[in-house]
Formats: sequence, C-alpha cells, structure tokens
Amino acid sequence: MTLLICVFAAVICTYKWYTMKDNSLCLAPLCFMYWGASLMWLVDAIFEYAELQAEYFTPAAEDMLNDAFLGLSVVALGLIIWVIILLVKDPRGTVKNALAKKSK
Amino acid sequence: MACFLISAAEALVVTAVAQGVKHHEKKREENLGHTAERLNSEKTYPWSRRLMLLAYLLWGGVVLLAFEHVWHGEVVPWFPFLTAMGDPNDKAEMLHEMATVGVTMACLVTAVWGVIMATASAILKRPEKEPVPEAA
Repeated sequence: MTLLICVFAAVICTYKWYTMKDNSLCLAPLCFMYWGASLMWLVDAIFEYAELQAEYFTPAAEDMLNDAFLGLSVVALGLIIWVIILLVKDPRGTVKNALAKKSK
Repeated sequence: MACFLISAAEALVVTAVAQGVKHHEKKREENLGHTAERLNSEKTYPWSRRLMLLAYLLWGGVVLLAFEHVWHGEVVPWFPFLTAMGDPNDKAEMLHEMATVGVTMACLVTAVWGVIMATASAILKRPEKEPVPEAA
C-alpha cells in the first residue's frame, strides 16, 4: 500500500512537472524523492513477495490500514520538504517581495 | 531494518563526485572561452548534472525510507540509533538485510538512472522540433 501510494504521488508529480511551462514550482526535487522511494520500496516488495509468496497479496486489514497511513504520511513529508525547498529557492520572488513590503 | 544505509552511503559518494566534476567542468569552461568547443558542450548534458540526478534519486529515497524505519521503530533518535544493534541476532539479521535488500535497492536505482541517462542522450540527439503555432 505504501508503495502504491508513493507511485501514484510520483506519477502525478511527474505529470505536473512535464505540463508546467516553466520550472517556477521546483517540482523536480519532489519527483526525485517519490521515484527514489518508490524504486526502493519496489525492491522491498519483491523480497517480501519472495518470502511470503501469494500471501503477500492478501494482507490483514489492520496491516493494510497501517501501510496506507504510512504511505500518506510519507507523501505529506515529501510535500513538506518540497515546500521548504520552494520557499528557500523562491523562484518567483514571492517571498522576497513579501519581505520587502513588510520592511517598508 | 537498515537497508537504506547502503543507498545513503552511495548517495554520499555520488554527491561528492558530482561536486568534484562540477568544479572541474567550471574550470574547463573558463579556459575554453567562447570557442566552438564550448558552444558544442552547451548542447550536451553535463556529467555533474547527470550525477546530481542520481544523488537526488538516492537522497529522496533515503529520506522517505528513513522515515518509514522511524515509523516502524527500527531507527531511534538516541545512540546507537538502530534498535537492531542491541541484540546480536538482530544485528546479524540487519547486516544480512543490508547485504541483500540494501544492495539491490542501490543497484536498481543506479540501473534506472542509467536508463534515464541513455534516454536523455537519445532525446538530445533528436532534431529540434518546430514550435507548434498557438491557436487564435
């Protein structure tokens, strides 16, 4: 479930990055984060499948809920890191303009 | 248990190499000036950027996987940071997992990066498309 949620997040971010006309939202770091984690969890899933075989596809409801909760938390963490990168890089100069206005 | 540490080590090495290559490329660019070789090199994808792409993939995965390990109580904020270090049996299991899952993770990410780079080179070699006129 965590892998699935992370893959969906990665695909949505990549689509957004591709369709944006400029790089003013710094979406590339978010794409890298989600794709990197998805690839790593894919390996984890393959090893788990090799161990559990068909049982891997029938997880207990409680485990699935916990995994889904973890997946959403991971997506949220990725978004928080992205917002920090966006505000620090400030490609549109919004933060700079806001600070300049306040100091006047 | 601590499979992400292998990728973290690779990310550290790749980042250091990318910084070194970037420095070297900058020096080379300064020496070239506005020659034909420089104009030619601007059309290619520099190696420092290629390596940084791999580093971003690895660091991104490492950060999110580290969070997962904290979630499962396998990583703790106090020494020795890995709960498996406390028990010799767990320690052996952790090292085995690092050698199998961890190494495979690092290899897969590097292999995918290799495919991305090969595709990027092929895309750069394509003839440039004419811009599509916007509809009135």
